[in-house]
Amino acid sequence: MTSKPATAYALDRHEVWLGFKQLLPISLFVVIFGLAFGLAATQSGLDGASIVIMSTLVFAGASQFAALDLWGAQVPLIPLAITVFAVNARHLLMGATLYPWLRHLPPARRYGVMLVVTDASWAMSIQAFGRGESGMGLLLGGGIALWLAWILGSWLGLHFGNAIHDPVSLGLDMVMGCFMLAMAISGPKNLRMFAIWTVAACSSLLAYWYLPENSHVVVGALAGGVLGAVWMEKKP
Amino acid sequence: MSIETSAIGTLIIILVMAGVTLATRWGGIFVMSFVPIGRRVQQFIGAMSGSVLVALLAPLAVNGDGGARLALLATAATMLLLKQPLPAIAAGIATAALSRQLL
Repeated sequence: MTSKPATAYALDRHEVWLGFKQLLPISLFVVIFGLAFGLAATQSGLDGASIVIMSTLVFAGASQFAALDLWGAQVPLIPLAITVFAVNARHLLMGATLYPWLRHLPPARRYGVMLVVTDASWAMSIQAFGRGESGMGLLLGGGIALWLAWILGSWLGLHFGNAIHDPVSLGLDMVMGCFMLAMAISGPKNLRMFAIWTVAACSSLLAYWYLPENSHVVVGALAGGVLGAVWMEKKP
Repeated sequence: MSIETSAIGTLIIILVMAGVTLATRWGGIFVMSFVPIGRRVQQFIGAMSGSVLVALLAPLAVNGDGGARLALLATAATMLLLKQPLPAIAAGIATAALSRQLL
């Protein structure tokens, strides 16, 4: 999976534009998420400029919503930092899974691309890399599309947040879940993957119930990874 | 240590959040740059990328409401049938919306 020449994984402008366009449909949903965040943040007492700055610089929806739970006249900094780290720790794993391909880029570009890495663009690009295609355009172009959508949505939420009264009754809370599931199913399906998924799901649930909050993604992913390292695919 | 949410305080809080998040975005590839990518590490990484998705979804599937579960079922069925993500996601959202309106 890393035998291709480095040029196959270089960044090119056309490919980034294609990736941008490919993530546009899902970006529409991200605008709605952003809208919900902008509205919730306003209700928690954040001012408009801070909301837009936060979405621009942090760009990690779940952790931003979690921050709102701690928001008040005073915000406890250390608990906030720990919460944000725990919710976003999945980025560490995403970075690690991308490394075999990103290592072909010069370090500045490698870290530059990672600035906009997020669940949806990562999932699309890791699938593309897995098929032997370049996912670099999806990662950067798609990441930029989602980033802009998140900022736009947060800003819209300040002004038009009331337009969507109840996103849950419209099923909009399920967008990311359904997207993730579709991505998981489009990957390879065999007995080994099924066993890995089972271990990942069970350990995620155990962590969800018995370990500190927000640890389940990391625990489940590492458990699945360990099984994959022990039960290796047959050599091609 | 608490910070007051004055104009400058809020900015400091946002910068801390941004710094922590950036550390998670950069930390994974930074650590991996010290790990030789052998076959076993490749297999670990490959297994982990599917597992991240499953680990995110498992609590949603088990603890979610009926609408959430039906949505995931509809997505899975459509995905297996059509092998196209967008119709699968649309089917999931429509199912969640419908079941929450009707049930």
